[in-house]
Amino acid sequence: MGKTFAKPEALSDQHTHYCPGCTHGIIHRLVAEVIDELGIKGRTVGIAPVGCAVLAYNYFTMDFQEAAHGRAPAMATGIKRVRPDLIVFTYQGDGDLASIGMGEIVHAANRGEKFTTIFVNNAVYGMTGGQMAPTTMPGQRTTTSPFGRNVEEVGMPIKMAELLSTLETPGYITRQTVIKPKYIVRAKKAIKKAFQYQLEGRCFSLVEIVSTCPTNWGLTPVQALKWAEEALLPYYKLGEFKTPD
Amino acid sequence: MGKILMKGNEAIGEAAIRAGCLNYFAYPITPQSEVAEYLSRRMPEVGGMFLQGESEVAVAYMLFGASACGARVFTTSSSPGISLMSEGISYMAAAQCPAVLVNIMRGGPGLGGILPSQGDYFQATKGGGHGDYRLLVMAPASVQEAVEMVMLAFPLAEKYRNPVMLLGDGLIGQMMEPVEFPDHLKSEPTNKDEWATNGMDTRGSNKRNLVKSLFLDAGKLNDHNLMLKAKYDRMKQEEIRYESYNIESDYKTLIVSYGTMSRVCKTAIDNMKDEGLEVGMIRPQTLFPFPEKAIYEAASKESCKIVVSIEMSMGQMVEDVERSVKGKLPVRWYGKCGGDVPTPEEVVEAVKSF
Repeated sequence: MGKTFAKPEALSDQHTHYCPGCTHGIIHRLVAEVIDELGIKGRTVGIAPVGCAVLAYNYFTMDFQEAAHGRAPAMATGIKRVRPDLIVFTYQGDGDLASIGMGEIVHAANRGEKFTTIFVNNAVYGMTGGQMAPTTMPGQRTTTSPFGRNVEEVGMPIKMAELLSTLETPGYITRQTVIKPKYIVRAKKAIKKAFQYQLEGRCFSLVEIVSTCPTNWGLTPVQALKWAEEALLPYYKLGEFKTPD
Repeated sequence: MGKILMKGNEAIGEAAIRAGCLNYFAYPITPQSEVAEYLSRRMPEVGGMFLQGESEVAVAYMLFGASACGARVFTTSSSPGISLMSEGISYMAAAQCPAVLVNIMRGGPGLGGILPSQGDYFQATKGGGHGDYRLLVMAPASVQEAVEMVMLAFPLAEKYRNPVMLLGDGLIGQMMEPVEFPDHLKSEPTNKDEWATNGMDTRGSNKRNLVKSLFLDAGKLNDHNLMLKAKYDRMKQEEIRYESYNIESDYKTLIVSYGTMSRVCKTAIDNMKDEGLEVGMIRPQTLFPFPEKAIYEAASKESCKIVVSIEMSMGQMVEDVERSVKGKLPVRWYGKCGGDVPTPEEVVEAVKSF
């Protein structure tokens, strides 16, 4: 009897640098499984962001580029415009995509660039040490909102999936999470669908994934899952916001 | 093909196509928007790709992404736009991605003006973006030379795996001159499978490629910078280009000038010769690497008493001229940078005043 559960070929054997309870590992695995299942590793190019996933190329095993902060969608545009046959995905966090990279993601989506974005939203800047992000919840304490996010001063958290789904250009925009096994199964289906739309040359696709950051939230991994469910999911509602069909 | 009359900006666009570059990303900015206008029509005719990005910031990364998967790419912009691209230029230099960028300079700082200037000399030759990197910088003095330099820029960018910048001023972009296009270059970029992220299937390889600029280990980052420095040192050995003018005469004054300004200086030198006053000139065609040795040798001539850097800036290249002359002679600066190009008469007056 052979192995019934193995690491996807699209992932390396290297241990990740992610903190205990962080969901990047799960999301990496889902993306890798989809790439394996679609048999596209040899023609896929990933783009790493600036943020906790900056070293994603140490874990994925296909060609990779490393972007500047927020610029991954512009690099993905460059690749797809000169090599439409390549399968391209950006892997970005919420500081990267929703703050400094807001312009790049909106315009790439609006041009209908045929790449896939995996957008990991954990409501905080992770790698720089837990600063406030555009996605930080009202009242949420971070190292730069020590008294809690004051929406009078900095506005409400940005809902990227909803914002991008207002664009008239066809696209596939969905929000998922991986904080429970049932959600993980759904998230994988969404990621696969996103890559399939790209393979068919249909549209831009983005899967937002509500994620956890126990370290910067100051919670244990179990508490973090609970907080994500109770504090984030009511605001960041799951579902498909836009499909090209 | 014979000579045709063409605007500098359009000729630059056509030259890129003839250099085998069929991928152009850009954002409009005066005084170079005609390149984008020309190529938006021309690229579809030759099966090429034109994309107008949402900002110069994004355009730089479109170039980076496309270059990193092995495509021959270029963009054009003007001073404020190049400031915005400078982040991406630093990343491209760090990740060793070839690209050609054209800066049709306008007056600065800030929004400045839209008339010709040479105020971006420092930005082009000393950095612009962060970190220890250099661009190979070429400065055309005519539309014909802009065409030739564009066609040279692509092979050089690929030879060194480094961005190459063409530094022209608004006049080079806006004026019409007769131009003759050289033959097409071989269109396919070569030898990129070693490093480009063009897909493992494309290379028929199991080895994946990474294009990155992050080196968290201090020793590795130092080694990376030493490797980059070795490339820049090699450019200094192999790529210096300059033109000498009236250098065989017994000149008392040596002018160093480039681009449009050098053409005015040539007229001034001819006029002074008629009066019996000999003035020589070195015109750097590459600003990095800089023709230090040529300037030193020209300044070492027995008859030469003074060196004057004449530029459409408040004195930027003059610092490299001083460095080249090594204190052997006094070095002076003359220039303007509001958008008016100094006239030959003003140059003569300035030279006589020193």
